[in-house]
Amino acid sequence: MNSIEVKNLTKKFGDFVSVDNISFNVKQAEIFGFLGANGAGKSTTIRMLCGILEPTFGDAVVGGCSVAKNPDSVKQNIGYMSQRFSLYNDLAVGENLDFFGGVYGLSNQKLNERKKWVLKIANLEGKENLLTGSLPGGIKQRLALGAAVIHQPDIVFLDEPTSGVDPISRRNFWELINELSSEGTTVFVTTHYLEEAEFCNNIILIDAGRLIAEGNPKQLKTDYLKNSIYEIESDRVIEALELLEKQNFVVETSIFGNNIHISVEEKFNDLSRINKLCEEGGITIKRINKIVPTLEDVFIHLLGNEKIL
Amino acid sequence: MNLKRIRAIAKKEFKHLFRDIRMLLILLLFPVFLLGIFGYAVNFDVHHIKIVVYDEENSMISKEFINSLTKSTYFDLVGYINNDSQIREILDEKKAQGIVVISKSFSKDFYSKQEAKIQFLIDGVDGNTANIIQFYSTAATQSLNAKLTTEVLSRVGTKSFMPIDLRPIFWFNPDLKSTRFFIPGLIAMILIITAAVSVSLSLVREKERGTIEQINVSSIKSSELLIGKTLPYVLLALVNAAMILIAGYILFDVVVKGSYPLLFLSTLIFLIASTSIGILVSVVSDSQQVAFSIATMVTMLPSFILSGFVFPIESMPAIIQVITNITPAKFFINVLRAIVLRGVGVFAIWDQLLYLILYASILLGAAILIYNKKEAKN
Ligand SMILES: Nc1ncnc2c1ncn2[C@@H]1O[C@H](COP(=O)(O)OP(=O)(O)O)[C@@H](O)[C@H]1O
Ligand SMILES: [Mg+2]
Repeated sequence: MNSIEVKNLTKKFGDFVSVDNISFNVKQAEIFGFLGANGAGKSTTIRMLCGILEPTFGDAVVGGCSVAKNPDSVKQNIGYMSQRFSLYNDLAVGENLDFFGGVYGLSNQKLNERKKWVLKIANLEGKENLLTGSLPGGIKQRLALGAAVIHQPDIVFLDEPTSGVDPISRRNFWELINELSSEGTTVFVTTHYLEEAEFCNNIILIDAGRLIAEGNPKQLKTDYLKNSIYEIESDRVIEALELLEKQNFVVETSIFGNNIHISVEEKFNDLSRINKLCEEGGITIKRINKIVPTLEDVFIHLLGNEKIL
Repeated sequence: MNLKRIRAIAKKEFKHLFRDIRMLLILLLFPVFLLGIFGYAVNFDVHHIKIVVYDEENSMISKEFINSLTKSTYFDLVGYINNDSQIREILDEKKAQGIVVISKSFSKDFYSKQEAKIQFLIDGVDGNTANIIQFYSTAATQSLNAKLTTEVLSRVGTKSFMPIDLRPIFWFNPDLKSTRFFIPGLIAMILIITAAVSVSLSLVREKERGTIEQINVSSIKSSELLIGKTLPYVLLALVNAAMILIAGYILFDVVVKGSYPLLFLSTLIFLIASTSIGILVSVVSDSQQVAFSIATMVTMLPSFILSGFVFPIESMPAIIQVITNITPAKFFINVLRAIVLRGVGVFAIWDQLLYLILYASILLGAAILIYNKKEAKN
């Protein structure tokens, strides 16, 4: 069953097309990753799906309601965590939760119940009186997520929820996302971090408002990338990259830490040629092997090096 | 309309207010401070004007005239001179603000029923003070005239007559207390500025921080949001109004002659009109700075110039008189003067209150319309 069905959704700001005719479906209770570089149109899309921004063209049915015709009904079924931290820093943790609970019209009993739950998932039990502004980033994000789902919506939209947070907090945050999804909540999440995309059931990638790729992580790696990827470890990374870039059997190159990834045509399997080239150039190759492409390899292929997320 | 949601918004707004105690104190005390400053600045009463007398005659009547001037608190006699040449020096060195010159023929002219001339030389640098000196001295001269005319002329058997009866001027405002007359204008101006500015800032702050989006995505209605956001500031402004009245009583002896419930109701209506200006401003501005500038501009200037606070509306050109309707302060000043100074009832002011309600409805309607349009487009 689909939670969200998007059809030809388009948003223009004046002449500028921010979201360009995109269509996709999101299944109930899945974790749906929405990827794209800065300015690709992710937030604009999310805001339309939440019913707070009117589409210029097209429509989406979110939780059974049309965002174009009935945005106010859409709002009743969803939670939204915006890209900017949007709890009040000058209010205490408990005061923030009281506020959002109140805005969603929760009864006192329900509110108390849900507050307990949020405090638990944010690791803030017994700390309701702390000033929200004084909390560390990771805790803030969890609290914001808790506030966004305080009314237990069927669908939750998270706009770059983990940006600017340390890796451990990010892992914890994703555990929370998994928990929500396993309880039946549809999670629609945008992210910058490609390793996080691997945790999603399905992904779409947009670029300049246009849909570029869609599928589960495995499909993306096989459907969109026909080339083979080799990982090369060498002593002089930059020189090796510059050298290999010039070869016509190499389609794409990129740097991954101390390694280089090169993508070559599928037929190519002459590893000795690479070794020989490097030797002539005075570069020692420590290791070279064919790898399963990462999502990053796929996106570099789809978007080009300079646009990588 | 859901009361729970309105309460949640209002409660949160109060929390913000009480979290920042310094700001709260400023909001509460600033109006009183303004009242003090403005109150004294627009105090047109001049007392203890220093005068020097150049009495060329030194007669009974000239003495009596000088006495009548100096027994009031308006003039302090600081000395006598006995030749012309000192006049310039005294005015130049500001030893006195005015010099009374009584000519040699003062009594003779008086008894011979000619015009008895007294010369007042006034330091005209401060035009306003000079005007007032002129006003008071004329008044003093004339009342003496009246007295002397009555006494003297009746003794010689002619019908007594009073030249000019000055009492009506003093009767209406016995101490010539201009402050009392300006207090309603001050209250209106202070309230409209504080209400409009505080409301617009609090709304725009949510836009700036991005928290407005989090609120919009709940199914709250814009009317609920606006009521919840403005309620705390209306209450705060009511407290302000009470404090201003108390300060007005303590500092300037202003007593409310009319009914307090009526005063409360009118103030509430005026505050709703004032906050609706703040709401409209917040809808069209995206930063607190812009909101602050616009809100102060559109409230301060009209409530000062066009409200009848300083300049009487009747003496403005017809077209300007029409424009004066853009400021709710005009109507509230009428209401306040009626309730506070004259003590009249609701029958005398209902039309003013009705206008204020109409004003608020139009502005709020416009604000909600623009807000709903803009919100969905951006
Ligand atoms: N309210 C707006 N008015 C004009 N342009 C906008 C507005 N909101 C977003 N844009 C533009 O639309 C593009 C997509 O923005 P956004 O959806 O925020 O991207 P992302 O979230 O993927 O980084 C950007 O170029 C941005 O400048
Ligand atoms: Mg974004």
